[in-house]
Amino acid sequence: MYESDPEILLEARHISKQFPGVLALNDVGFKVYAGKVNAIVGENGAGKSTLMNILSGVYSDYQGEVLLCGRPVSFSGTADAQRQGIAMIHQELNLVPYLSIAQNIFLGREPLNALGLIDFPQMKRDTVDLLERLHFDESPEKLVIDLRPGQQQIVEIAKALSLQAKVLIMDEPTSSLSEKEAGILFRLIRELTENGVGVVYITHKMNEISLLADYVTVLRDGCFIEACPMEQTSVDELVRKMVGRERKDFFIKRQHRLGECLLAVKDLCLRDPLREGKYRLKDISFEVYAGQVLGIYGLMGAGRTELMEALFGLYGKQVEGRVFVKGRQVKFNNTNAAVAEGLALIPEDRKTEGLVLDMSIEQNTTLASLKNFLKHGLLSFKKERATVEEMRSKLEIKSYSGLQLASQLSGGNQQKVVLSKWLLTKPGIVLLDEPTRGIDIHSKNEIYKLMDDLAGQGMALVVVSSELPEIMAVSDKIICLCEGRLSGRFERDEFSEEALLKAALPDKA
Amino acid sequence: MKKNFKVIIDKPVIKPLVALLLMVGVMSVLSGNFATTDNFFNVLRQVSVNLCISVGMTMVILTGGIDLSVGSILALSGAVAAGLSKNGFSFPAADLYVGFTFWGCILAALLIGAALGAFNGWMITRFKVPPFVATLAMLTIARGLTMLYTKGFPITGLGESFSFLGTGWFLGVPMPVWVALLIVAFFAFFMLKTRTGRYIYAIGGNKKASLLSGIKVNKIILWVYTLAGILSAVAGLMVTARLDSAQPNAGSGYELDSIAAVVIGGTSLSGGKGSIAGTVVGALIIGVLNNGLVLLNVSPFWQQVIKGFVILGAVILDKVSPGKSEN
Repeated sequence: MYESDPEILLEARHISKQFPGVLALNDVGFKVYAGKVNAIVGENGAGKSTLMNILSGVYSDYQGEVLLCGRPVSFSGTADAQRQGIAMIHQELNLVPYLSIAQNIFLGREPLNALGLIDFPQMKRDTVDLLERLHFDESPEKLVIDLRPGQQQIVEIAKALSLQAKVLIMDEPTSSLSEKEAGILFRLIRELTENGVGVVYITHKMNEISLLADYVTVLRDGCFIEACPMEQTSVDELVRKMVGRERKDFFIKRQHRLGECLLAVKDLCLRDPLREGKYRLKDISFEVYAGQVLGIYGLMGAGRTELMEALFGLYGKQVEGRVFVKGRQVKFNNTNAAVAEGLALIPEDRKTEGLVLDMSIEQNTTLASLKNFLKHGLLSFKKERATVEEMRSKLEIKSYSGLQLASQLSGGNQQKVVLSKWLLTKPGIVLLDEPTRGIDIHSKNEIYKLMDDLAGQGMALVVVSSELPEIMAVSDKIICLCEGRLSGRFERDEFSEEALLKAALPDKA
Repeated sequence: MKKNFKVIIDKPVIKPLVALLLMVGVMSVLSGNFATTDNFFNVLRQVSVNLCISVGMTMVILTGGIDLSVGSILALSGAVAAGLSKNGFSFPAADLYVGFTFWGCILAALLIGAALGAFNGWMITRFKVPPFVATLAMLTIARGLTMLYTKGFPITGLGESFSFLGTGWFLGVPMPVWVALLIVAFFAFFMLKTRTGRYIYAIGGNKKASLLSGIKVNKIILWVYTLAGILSAVAGLMVTARLDSAQPNAGSGYELDSIAAVVIGGTSLSGGKGSIAGTVVGALIIGVLNNGLVLLNVSPFWQQVIKGFVILGAVILDKVSPGKSEN
């Protein structure tokens, strides 16, 4: 078996990395084979991202050694790693919002003309080529700020592609892509490996692993568990190794007795402030009852996030139509009014919308319900601490102290902090926008179960998800959005992937 | 209580505090006149004006904003207090004359400060004018209004109560120092123990997340600029009372000293991180430096150069922490 192995491009040996209070990696080894997809799997906090950050030159202080084509190397930074042929697509987006797609892709490596000035026509041509390979239909001159997260992800991918790296690391590249876009990416990955590129692929989606991976490495809690060719293992076995125990039954939703209608939306429209007479959402109507979970499915740009934010009072007077909470008509001119009526919103992007990263777990957790932590009109740290400690152990937020900064937590734990923030407001209606994006199976199941519990306690839930299996598993009924309009309604017994996808696709004719 | 103390003396304050103590040590060695009781209160009295402004500036900067208009608001409110105290308010066309007591003058000055600060906040929140631009505009508006009100001449001779505020002593401590102490204590407590204080940090740390947490972001920002205006007015009263006169160009350039104090104290200009305690240390560093360099007969030109380097040094010191390399 050793002889048949292809060339090793990059290898990590005995890598350890210490963060304040956490040993993120403990004597981990990892090999990247040329022309193969080398997958890494593991739960949140298993150390996947940390290992990749070391291989791509983000961290330079670690123990152990990195070998590039058999030679020991030590990268002084990401630019150094890129020069030596290693590029990474990060899970979080690292784009400059007010530069165009083309400028972002060639940032720091702009093609120059004979005068030493930026050769814009060349840059544009190259960008068009790249975007074409990704079947991404946007002008290279469009500003990144005007793109949705999923589209920005595609720009990240284009940027990494343009480096023509020998080793391309992808950290959850599909977390905000639609299924169609993910398909395009997969074809591209095949193309790259055929050309000898070593692709490192991190994901939580097991179906992607079985579809793509040639080799799999399993990490758990910062330790190396196993590495083997994919054909010698199975998804079930991998999951077992990731969690270190038998795979729990996939989440099964319980049926709850439905109560009163908590949220009713009638003909909701959202005006487009930039284009007179146009609407970003048009004539959306639905009801959610106590104990019920409504799923909202749609492709990127269908208006899912806008719908959530419009319900939450973020757009003020741009919203038309009627909204009823517990049968009483309401009008939210700001988010505060929505919170006061018992709404909660778990936003799509934890880092930029859900958390104040420089604040502690404690301060983040109490931020939406501070009025409950007053004593004689002043904040009581004692009350805060007691409540947060309770939430921290109830939701199993992995951290060494409630005073730890939110920025130091892994994605799944950050999401739990956002969830506990809203649970403390005792909401009646919980809006969840992609609640499990970029989160491992174990944490996902925890979050599904929590959602189910909330419905069981008589809350009404509205969940946006772009993963079909997920939305079908958690919802009682689903509405589909397409280009800002309601394009389908499904009761639980009518759910099927085909039907949902068909409703969500534009230009059905 | 002990825990609260620990939170107030947050780690980031330690470094500027050490720098301050070092500077005090060096000055004491170099100049025989530095470490005297007289000079001690002298420094504190000089610092108290900047301190008042800087407390407001700290809150503004914590939200991620900036206030360049503090010096001009200081001048206008000081001038109005002085003018009302001396001449009252008369409106000949309606045959109207209103005289002002000492407290009436104080109230009027504070209201002027509040109104101009609120105007800043209104421009920033309602019309989305960047804080830098909104308060830069107010810098010249308020200065112009001061010139109009004083016709370009100082207003002098304000009477007993004012001179007590400016130069009096109470329990062995100068009055301006008392005022600054009270303000510092109140706002340090305010930032730590009230919801508004917490929200100010949250807004500076992540505005969108704060908004989505149901915080009335615009209302808080409006308040913060209003408070900064009021605190500038307090500083204006202190300056006017100390000199027993309102100068039309009082307070010009004060925004720089106050931003410097905030930054030296470890507050991040991008918002969300910092403390009033740090600002106190920052203001003291500037005060000790000003005072010490004068005692050492350093030329005023060199003083400015040195002050600039101290600002740079403080910020660099704050950025460099062991075990953390940034690219």
